Amino acid sequence: MNVLIYLVPMALALGLTGLAAFLWSLRSGQYDDIEGAALRVLSDDDVGGPGGR
Amino acid sequence: MAETLDLSMFVQHREGTAHLDLAVEGVACANCIGKIEGGLKRLPGVVAARLNFTNRRLAVEWREDMLAAVDVIAALEDIGYRAYPFQPERAETQEAQHMRWLVKCLAVAGFAAMNIMLLSVSVWSGSDMGQETRDFFHWLSALIALPAAAYAGQPFFRSAWAAIRARALNMDVPISLGVITALGMSVVETASHAQHAYFDSATMLLFFLLCGRALDHAMRRKTRAVAGNLAALKAEFAHRFDGFELVRVPAAALRAGDRLLVRPGDRVPADGVVLNGSSEIDDSLVTGETARRAVAAGALVHAGAVNFSGTLTMRVTAAGSGTLIDEVERLLEKAVTAKSRHVRLADRAARLYAPVVHATAALTVVGWLVAGASVHDAIVTAIAVLIITCPCALALAVQAVQVVASGALFRAGVILNSGDAIERLSEIDAVVFDKTGTLTLPEPRVDNAATLDPELLQRAARLALSSRHPLAAAVAREARERVPFAAATEEPGQGVRAMIDGTEARLGSPAFCGLATADPAGPGTSTIVFTHAGRSAVLLVRQTLRPDAAETAAALRALGLDLMILSGDRPDAVAPVAAALGIADWRGGLTPAEKIAAIDALKAQGRRVLMVGDGLNDAPALAAAHVSLSPISAADLTQAHADAVFLGERLGPVREAVTVARRARRLMRENLWLAVLYNAVAVPVAIAGFATPLIAAAAMSGSSVLVTLNALRARGGAA
Repeated sequence: MNVLIYLVPMALALGLTGLAAFLWSLRSGQYDDIEGAALRVLSDDDVGGPGGR
Repeated sequence: MAETLDLSMFVQHREGTAHLDLAVEGVACANCIGKIEGGLKRLPGVVAARLNFTNRRLAVEWREDMLAAVDVIAALEDIGYRAYPFQPERAETQEAQHMRWLVKCLAVAGFAAMNIMLLSVSVWSGSDMGQETRDFFHWLSALIALPAAAYAGQPFFRSAWAAIRARALNMDVPISLGVITALGMSVVETASHAQHAYFDSATMLLFFLLCGRALDHAMRRKTRAVAGNLAALKAEFAHRFDGFELVRVPAAALRAGDRLLVRPGDRVPADGVVLNGSSEIDDSLVTGETARRAVAAGALVHAGAVNFSGTLTMRVTAAGSGTLIDEVERLLEKAVTAKSRHVRLADRAARLYAPVVHATAALTVVGWLVAGASVHDAIVTAIAVLIITCPCALALAVQAVQVVASGALFRAGVILNSGDAIERLSEIDAVVFDKTGTLTLPEPRVDNAATLDPELLQRAARLALSSRHPLAAAVAREARERVPFAAATEEPGQGVRAMIDGTEARLGSPAFCGLATADPAGPGTSTIVFTHAGRSAVLLVRQTLRPDAAETAAALRALGLDLMILSGDRPDAVAPVAAALGIADWRGGLTPAEKIAAIDALKAQGRRVLMVGDGLNDAPALAAAHVSLSPISAADLTQAHADAVFLGERLGPVREAVTVARRARRLMRENLWLAVLYNAVAVPVAIAGFATPLIAAAAMSGSSVLVTLNALRARGGAA
């Protein structure tokens, strides 16, 4: 059972990383325009370069 | 006359860049994003342009020395989108912040609930687990649960504290108490190496409840964004004299003393006095009167009236100068203060529930002590009772239905202004309608369109597209193709003419078209003549009923509601409408005070009245009624006092609102009973001392899921 000493904190640390990532994405406004984000991914305006539009 | 547009009131300035928020019309597809943003970024000086597709709003920033706000709007119009300057309301930004906070709390609670459950499941299933390992897991749970609950529980703790300080009870009081006692007892139990800890139940409870809150809030924000956009689309512009120059300004920027020009076809943008010019104005949005009123210098005009024939110059007057609006405001204030506050179903349940639960817990302590248990055991059992009765299902019971029902109403074209409108709508037993603009369409229509030669009518309608006159607008609405004829000329106050296929066509007053006046139609009806190539048509323009008014009236009666019309229009204009809808109970020629009196009389009989109205004169009656609805075309002040606004030309949303609200009410009650039933089963188990953490967790999530699933039935199509 000694394995728990480092397995459990590791699991918690991974969970906390996920939480931190979510809070960061919330703060940076990634959920402000949910419908728009779904559509923007389809446009290729950002491809750029001489070949792109 | 070149006229500049002044949008300075909407533009925000920071360090050399200007910022403008716009509500954009016609954004429908993925391409629009690239078109709008790309098109704007090509303008010299634009720093940033970002379209929010979810709420159809555009934020533009540009260098002030290179561009003006008007250029941005003009550029958008060139690409094919109409944009309206928009001032984000304070309430809306506050709600956005609150939403973000709720989601943060939700994320923290979710993280904590998942990880603690991971540990708890190991404890529950690990029968061969040693005591040290169990204690380690419990301490770990405490380490996660205590800070998480302290953060994620804030929405409940704050609201509960506010309620207690106001010496009231709401649902958050038993929730907070349950969470805090559960956590406190678990810490004590863990310290004494006991077997049971309730960290998982406490965090899971917070997680479920926060889900409900966040969804409720998201729904409210969505409707508010749509309502805000509609308000921006509707906002009126005024032509103001700055010296001798004419400037177009938003009506919201007008001040008392401003001199304005009101052209034919324009709405009067503010209350004021006519300085010169003479015209006929249509007061139907103000008083409900459909016959037009002649005005000349010195006459009072009200915001919302439509100028028909002549150009007027007017001066804006301040409130408090004895105008109609002052009387309306005074009545409004009285009606709002006289209104008894509606106690929401959930709060009523909480008032019954909290004392019963807390008394049960106290009795449990006493009972176990009398039965000879130790003080520790008695208290632990009592706390288990508090935890298991913590009103998770009860709190979700009403909220979940509320979310689903407001979504259903939103899809039916009804936008809720107030949170408890659904509950109040479900209680009504009488509906009072205003006539003008509510039962009838807000703008006049060609009433005899069906009897006219279709080909002639289409030509008349296309010719009408070239005129700004309000009556021409009614004719133009019949046009199937919105293609105006080339080289049409308008004779102000008379009509329009154009050459069609080599012969002259005229649309306008009978005299203008060389026709001896056809038999004079009654007041409120205008006769327009169209002549072309020797053929002529007489068009009768008047207020017509909404297309489904009769059907809706019948459906409302079938729901067991009594219908009534209270109109500010002449009685002889109300009578035919009442007859067409089969409403026997009607009154005409009422002042705003008389409308309130009529509603108060109904209230005195114990009736709960839904008032549907749009005019400025209806605003006090709307505030006095139990619940109120107004069409989107209503006067601004009136709309602000309505509990909900409905979109479109049809009256059907009124019926829809009542049926959805009634269904929602039934489901709320059902859910409350489900929650009570759950408690009836769970409480004896807890009192007997069998409520292990596993049972508590299962019962709590089971009942929450059950009421949420039941709430989803509020979506359903048929009632």
